[in-house]
Amino acid sequence: MPIWLFIVVSVVKSAILLVVLLTAVAYTVWLERKVVGHMQNRWGPTRVGPFGLLQPAADGLKFLFKEDLTPPHVYKPLYIAAPMIAVIFALTSIAVIPFGNSVVIHGYTIPLQVTDVNVGLLLILGVTSIGVYGVALAGWSSNNKYSLLGGLRASAQMVSYEISLGLSLVGVLIMSGSFSLRHIVEAQQGHFWGFIPRWNIFHGQIVGFFCYLIAAYAETNRIPFDLPEAETELVAGYHTEYSAMKFAMFFMAEYANMITVACLATLLFLGGWNGPVFGPYPLQVILPVIWFAAKVFVFLFIYIWVRGTLPRFRYDQLMAFGWKFLLPVAICNLIATAVAVAW
Amino acid sequence: MSIHLILFLFFGVAAVAGAVNLLAQSHPINSALSLIAVMAALAGEFLLLGAEFVAAIQVIVYAGAIMVLFVFVIMLLNAGVEERTKGSKVAIMFGIPGMLIGSVLVAWAVLHSYGNQQVFASVLEGTPSKIAMLLFHEFLLPFEVTSILILIAIMGAVVLASKPHAVQKRKEH
Repeated sequence: MPIWLFIVVSVVKSAILLVVLLTAVAYTVWLERKVVGHMQNRWGPTRVGPFGLLQPAADGLKFLFKEDLTPPHVYKPLYIAAPMIAVIFALTSIAVIPFGNSVVIHGYTIPLQVTDVNVGLLLILGVTSIGVYGVALAGWSSNNKYSLLGGLRASAQMVSYEISLGLSLVGVLIMSGSFSLRHIVEAQQGHFWGFIPRWNIFHGQIVGFFCYLIAAYAETNRIPFDLPEAETELVAGYHTEYSAMKFAMFFMAEYANMITVACLATLLFLGGWNGPVFGPYPLQVILPVIWFAAKVFVFLFIYIWVRGTLPRFRYDQLMAFGWKFLLPVAICNLIATAVAVAW
Repeated sequence: MSIHLILFLFFGVAAVAGAVNLLAQSHPINSALSLIAVMAALAGEFLLLGAEFVAAIQVIVYAGAIMVLFVFVIMLLNAGVEERTKGSKVAIMFGIPGMLIGSVLVAWAVLHSYGNQQVFASVLEGTPSKIAMLLFHEFLLPFEVTSILILIAIMGAVVLASKPHAVQKRKEH
């Protein structure tokens, strides 16, 4: 493939993916309000459009037209940069996520992924670890004690749980022997005894999956680990001083991170785009993408379900749980997997 | 100019600019952030050399973990803008010529020994399995010794920061 064509294809893929991701972010917010509403015997948004489906658009417009307030005592360069850092790195990590097989157009094979890096998983971990700065700097530059406490809590929590998160993934890496997300998915093809799919979650990694699940909730600052923005103690935590579009950027970053985490869980534990594929050529390409999206949707639904069910941890409980329970379990899982594979 | 050369120059200039900015900034948090930029630019250079694993680890460990702790400390201590002095005359008289001579010497040594060889992009094999073979076969002993050293440092930090020790000290006063 000539280089200019490669660049054109990459730009087109990035643009499509960005649009899809931002739409998904908007409708995850809608889904959350709707599902949590029904769980609490309410309707959720109903007024804007059928079933409140236009609510995300209305919210977006509201964010755009609100006054963008900058408090007088903030450290301005970082106060402005922090939400941008958060949202940019949250959106970047989607670049290495494969969401289907490849398409053949005019003899060129185009994988359904922006770029296939052979250390894709590490890249995602790296990008998310840089995303911590958005929260930490927002808390510091706001010059407000609630923001500072929220920012400190967020960065301490994210650094602590990132270790468990990484260790819970190593089991999968040992099983597939590659960092490339595409290879990891391809290693999960086929079935046990003809009907149980050969996904990693059914392949001895169920403990790893639950470690990942818990650590991922903590990484994305979601209930029951949403201590950085615990409204009963910290007003709104790190984004107390933010309004309008700057606040919306933090909001988008949180939901984009949720989607990345769901995609990663799908790829690593739930077999990615593997599923029953049949029919003529176009269906062969579209069906895997649909399986992938369905699995991501299930994972997001569990996210919302947990949010509607569990109360918030106390901060010391959060740290004790992360270091004294989750980390040992993840290490035991890693050792057990290594022994089993070496056998 | 090939794309590799353009990218090499871009990341190189970014790394040097970040390093200069690190020294020039008077606010500690800006300096810490410039250091992160330097790390990220170096990761870009590693990527150009084909060492993807090293690049990813550079970002995760240095930019993502260690620098977060730096920023953490700056935030907790609430370190303000540092005072500016005019600097010592000795540093200007000897420091700048010394730095120039040093860099010329290093450049000369590098050119002298590698003058005819060119380092091409993607000649280094930085794949995880290659690095793992090196670490766990050839350099197993140094690797383990380093990890014990780090373990000792961690235990030392825990002992220094643990509560009984602090309480005992308070009683002595």
